[in-house]
Amino acid sequence: MQIVVCIKQVPDTTKVKINPETNTLMREGVESIINPFDLYAIEEAVRLKEAHGGVVKVVTMGPPQAGSALREAIALGADEAVLVSDRAFAGADTWVTAYTLAAAIRTLGQVDLILCGKQAIDGDTAQVGPSLADQLNIPFVAFVRKVREVADGSMVVERMFEEGYEVVRLPIPGLMTVVKEINEPRLPSLKGKMRAKKAEIFTIDRSALDVEDAFLGLDGSPTRVVKIFSPELKKAGEKWEEDPGEMAAKLVANLRDQKII
Amino acid sequence: MDYFLTEEQQEIREIARQIAEEKIVPVREELDEKEEFPAEIMNVCAQSDLFAVPIPEEYGGLGGGVMEMSLAVEELSKACLGVSVTYAATFLGSYPILLFGSDDQKAKYLPDIATGEKLGAFGLTEANAGSDAGGIRTTAVKDGDSYILNGTKQWITNGGEAEIYTVIALTDRSRGPRGASAFIVEKDTPGFSFGKKEKKMGIRASATRELVFEDCRIPAENLISKEGMGFMVAMKTLDMSRPGIAAQGVGIAQGALDVAVNYARERRQFGQPIIGFQAVQHMLADMATKTEAARALTYAVARYIDSDAKEVSKVSAMTKLFGADVAMEVTTNAVQVLGGYGYMREYPVEKMMRDAKILQIYEGTNQIQRNVIGAALIKEYAQKKS
Repeated sequence: MQIVVCIKQVPDTTKVKINPETNTLMREGVESIINPFDLYAIEEAVRLKEAHGGVVKVVTMGPPQAGSALREAIALGADEAVLVSDRAFAGADTWVTAYTLAAAIRTLGQVDLILCGKQAIDGDTAQVGPSLADQLNIPFVAFVRKVREVADGSMVVERMFEEGYEVVRLPIPGLMTVVKEINEPRLPSLKGKMRAKKAEIFTIDRSALDVEDAFLGLDGSPTRVVKIFSPELKKAGEKWEEDPGEMAAKLVANLRDQKII
Repeated sequence: MDYFLTEEQQEIREIARQIAEEKIVPVREELDEKEEFPAEIMNVCAQSDLFAVPIPEEYGGLGGGVMEMSLAVEELSKACLGVSVTYAATFLGSYPILLFGSDDQKAKYLPDIATGEKLGAFGLTEANAGSDAGGIRTTAVKDGDSYILNGTKQWITNGGEAEIYTVIALTDRSRGPRGASAFIVEKDTPGFSFGKKEKKMGIRASATRELVFEDCRIPAENLISKEGMGFMVAMKTLDMSRPGIAAQGVGIAQGALDVAVNYARERRQFGQPIIGFQAVQHMLADMATKTEAARALTYAVARYIDSDAKEVSKVSAMTKLFGADVAMEVTTNAVQVLGGYGYMREYPVEKMMRDAKILQIYEGTNQIQRNVIGAALIKEYAQKKS
């Protein structure tokens, strides 16, 4: 099975703070990591390869330093790494990212399955996976929590909902986005790390793609991030420390005043 | 301290540390409480290639030495000594094959050790042969193309869990220790069974059992080296493995120090964090100094052994002696720094203190280490021309 896993390098949001004056992410000195949901996609791809044979190619669009995320994916069991990188791609929104990734994936030859994490922890849109399937005109299932079976030409998967799940047949080639319930990602291996160090990262730039400049990068993006802000903290409440009877009466009066009761 | 580790050594340490923090720390208390064998953690070690570390590349390993093995053991030991001994005992069982095995024996057994598919164990100790290892009574009698083993080995780490055992038995009782030979015995060989799992003070996640041989017939090709070489095999094996015990000591001491310093920074008495008190600071300073000294000695000796040095018994024994004593002292003082809380099971240091005690006992008691060092001194100084 020829499997492509799309990953994103993101700042470790557990360590990111927002600059209260400019309302922008303070990324300085914050470690970059593979988007955690993508780790589940890598693990599932490696498991499918181990069970059914094939090759796992990991793809990311980003600046050259995103190569370190690709090397980490190789240490986790991926076979090949593809970096989609060009100044012309910078500032892409989710639609343009999917458009560009689709063009890159078309250059990779036969692809049976594309795996993505359900969303990235920086943008949190969950749009690129489904949008990529749309661009490639292949079926997709989002929020997959289990691969039940792999047959010729299709797979049976479980799509997770808040309450329960659906069993869905996904024709191949197809795309799925996965949730963290799907597996427990392995830790990197020493041999994988050594392979990763030596691995060649195949870079795809603007010139290698059959795309239109009007749909690339920030200028090609139909959406714009206008503002990023921290939600306002809730105002501090009042604290009463009196006799419980008096406090109860005070509370009822207060709620009546505000016409809540 | 920067010990100028190679990139590969740093990666071994990094992965072992990740396993320790993510996979061992969350379950160590439960493993200890339930005396549960850490099979899942061994699988993680296998998948991360930790078992490949000291196995030569031609057998699927990473070609590391005692230094690399010690780094992995140290990190695992920070989290749990019961887990780290399970890992390390596999190499104790493998070193006889690695050092003295034939090409066929290496090709047959080492690849499965390197992948972690099979664990190893080493059987020397018997009920009446502990420090006096020359007193073993297990026999191996040649019978055509086989040897027939009879006897009982005691307190064998990974007993019952390992697939590959290296066992020391007498092929010629009349020659005493010179009549001992080393054999490879596979689990499930008819006539080879296990005693009950021992209940221990510490390292309770590890499995310790008797190996019982009752007319156990093994192929003659399972003899390691030659007849009569058993004690040579055992002693050279221990030379290689003792820095691993020292690394266990360094790891558990560091783990206890980490807990003690963090606790002392937070615990307030008499209106201030107790780390502000010189009495506590001095304890922590001694703990840190001794831990670092044990680490420096362990690394220096591990590197020396890996340089193919010839005479290593003395320095190897020194690492084990010092590392074990430091571990006992540092874990005991960590309990002291935590006071009543340290004595409670909800903090990890009481387990560390229980675990650390074994380091002064197994792989040759610390008294035996002093004998080894003493004997080496006598020999060394006798050879010097005055």
